[in-house]
Amino acid sequence: MMEWLGQFNYYVFAILMMAGIYVAMSRGNLVKKVVGLNIFQASVFLLYISSGKIWGGTAPILGDGLTQPISNPLPHVLILTAIVVGVATTSIGLALIVRIKEAYGTVEEDEIAEAEALYEEELIRAEEAEA
Amino acid sequence: MSTAANAGFSLMANLPALQVVVPMIAAPICTFLRFRNGPWAFALLVSAATFWISVNLLMQVLGSGDISYEMGGWPPPFGIEYRVDTINAFVLLIVSGVSLITLPYALRSVEREVPRDKHHLFYAAWLLCLCGMLGITITGDAFNIFVFLEISSLSTYMLLASGRDPRALTAAFQYLVLGTLGATFILIGVGLLYIMTGTLNIIDLAERLGPVSDTTSVRAAAAFLTVGIALKFALFPAHFWLPNGYAYSPSAVGVFLSATATKVSIYVLLRFQFTIFGDIPAFAELDFATLLLPFAIMAFLVGSTVAIFQTDLKRLLAWSSIAQIGYMVAGIGLGGVDGLTAGIVHLFNHAVTKAALFMAAGAIFLRVGSMHIDKLAGIGKTMPFTTLAFVLAGLSLIGVPTTVGFISKWYLILAALQHGVTGYAIAALVLASSLLAVIYVWRIVEVAYFREPTANREVTEAPLSMLLPLWALTIGCFYFGLETGYSVDIARAAAQSLLGVTP
Repeated sequence: MMEWLGQFNYYVFAILMMAGIYVAMSRGNLVKKVVGLNIFQASVFLLYISSGKIWGGTAPILGDGLTQPISNPLPHVLILTAIVVGVATTSIGLALIVRIKEAYGTVEEDEIAEAEALYEEELIRAEEAEA
Repeated sequence: MSTAANAGFSLMANLPALQVVVPMIAAPICTFLRFRNGPWAFALLVSAATFWISVNLLMQVLGSGDISYEMGGWPPPFGIEYRVDTINAFVLLIVSGVSLITLPYALRSVEREVPRDKHHLFYAAWLLCLCGMLGITITGDAFNIFVFLEISSLSTYMLLASGRDPRALTAAFQYLVLGTLGATFILIGVGLLYIMTGTLNIIDLAERLGPVSDTTSVRAAAAFLTVGIALKFALFPAHFWLPNGYAYSPSAVGVFLSATATKVSIYVLLRFQFTIFGDIPAFAELDFATLLLPFAIMAFLVGSTVAIFQTDLKRLLAWSSIAQIGYMVAGIGLGGVDGLTAGIVHLFNHAVTKAALFMAAGAIFLRVGSMHIDKLAGIGKTMPFTTLAFVLAGLSLIGVPTTVGFISKWYLILAALQHGVTGYAIAALVLASSLLAVIYVWRIVEVAYFREPTANREVTEAPLSMLLPLWALTIGCFYFGLETGYSVDIARAAAQSLLGVTP
């Protein structure tokens, strides 16, 4: 029982990761795909942060009284970078969705496919009219 | 840091850092240059500087061995180490060289295909993409690879979506979803390796992984890394964003990305597969590069077949790129010095060939305004120099002797023949795929030379700023096909250093 509790974070990581990938892959709505990606990325943050923490560990600040065990700060710093990357990815994803919405008037994948096919037909028709 | 300051700043000693820092600092500066052609001229200047640095790094490596550079003066394995050996010096040269030769070409393409008020942002994204790819290649730190991977990916999404064609937007979004999944898989893999070994330095990882290598965590890390990297270079089942992405983004972007982005990801695969997992006995029987072999074979068969049925010239080239990625991974999967040499030399050869082909396609797009193959009737008469270059580079794509494409396929088949009956089958499939390439290149030749030009359309030869880079690359296809001293010898040295074999 205690072992299971000790690995609780890692079970949550695995469940969130699967849920995130599933949402990003299966949903047709582009905004929901971005949400799925965010859940997926957040699960990896949890993996890194859990790996650096030890029970009763304190922050590794140099000075007097550093007698307690300390948590490893490196994974926490690394994941700060990954969080920034996640924010950047989300913003570019949403910016692309805005432009897709402007171009096709929808954010649903199947409707975009239809609009794209229409666009291609129009393109061919315009070229034929020109020739 | 203090010793460096005392000794005075030495340019040659700091080249590994400058390789990445120069384009990184140049990118934000580029966004302030809003006058006509300013961003372009600045990007060209920066590209020339990075190319000069790459050439010098390769000279240093070939002359006096591997370079280890301590970022900020922190010694490895604690600080970030930039490590230059034969293979990544070679990839650095490919990336910065392609950027330098594509930028003169980009001027006219971007003028026409990107809105004028976005030019400074376009070239800033270009420089960031260059910075990211150079960073992935030069760094000796596993987490740093992820960071630079994301820098290059995020700017790639911008570059893909920078044109006027809305179909590029959906392709860029698909790539964003897939690329983020891939990069995050790599992040998980690196995290698991860190948990098991407590280090991120690649050389240190390789040494410390031995005692813990036979654990589920390390095997899971290897699986996550392999799948993540394969997603990034659009290996067969994950390729669907690539045709539309390359075809509907501005022509210059197609040239730049088709010649560099996938190459850098394949380099990352080599690095993890051989430098980190190479010496570990537990992975001798579970070799992930060999597991990729069936996907690689599917990639070149499906890629070449689908290319035949394309009606859009750039999409045809993009599908052919998917096939060429298959050849590279097949070489790596076959393994051995010959297989790796085939894979690595094809990085260079395909960069030269496909850049030339996309340049020709972009030049035709500039003049004709369409990429539909039926609209290209008689283009051989109206744009003779562009079309001739396209056909010559097409010969290299097929793998006709005296071209670089032949060199790659020669080594690939040589490597395949060392593997008994399955090897013969793979060699036969490579030849079959080359015959399919004959068909799709011939389709263009037929339309371009044997059909009459449409009378009511004025088409003139492409501008000189496009023809010069195009012909430089086309001549390169033949020069490096005859004079194999540079490319093959460097690739062989790189393969030997990856496998730890002394020449």
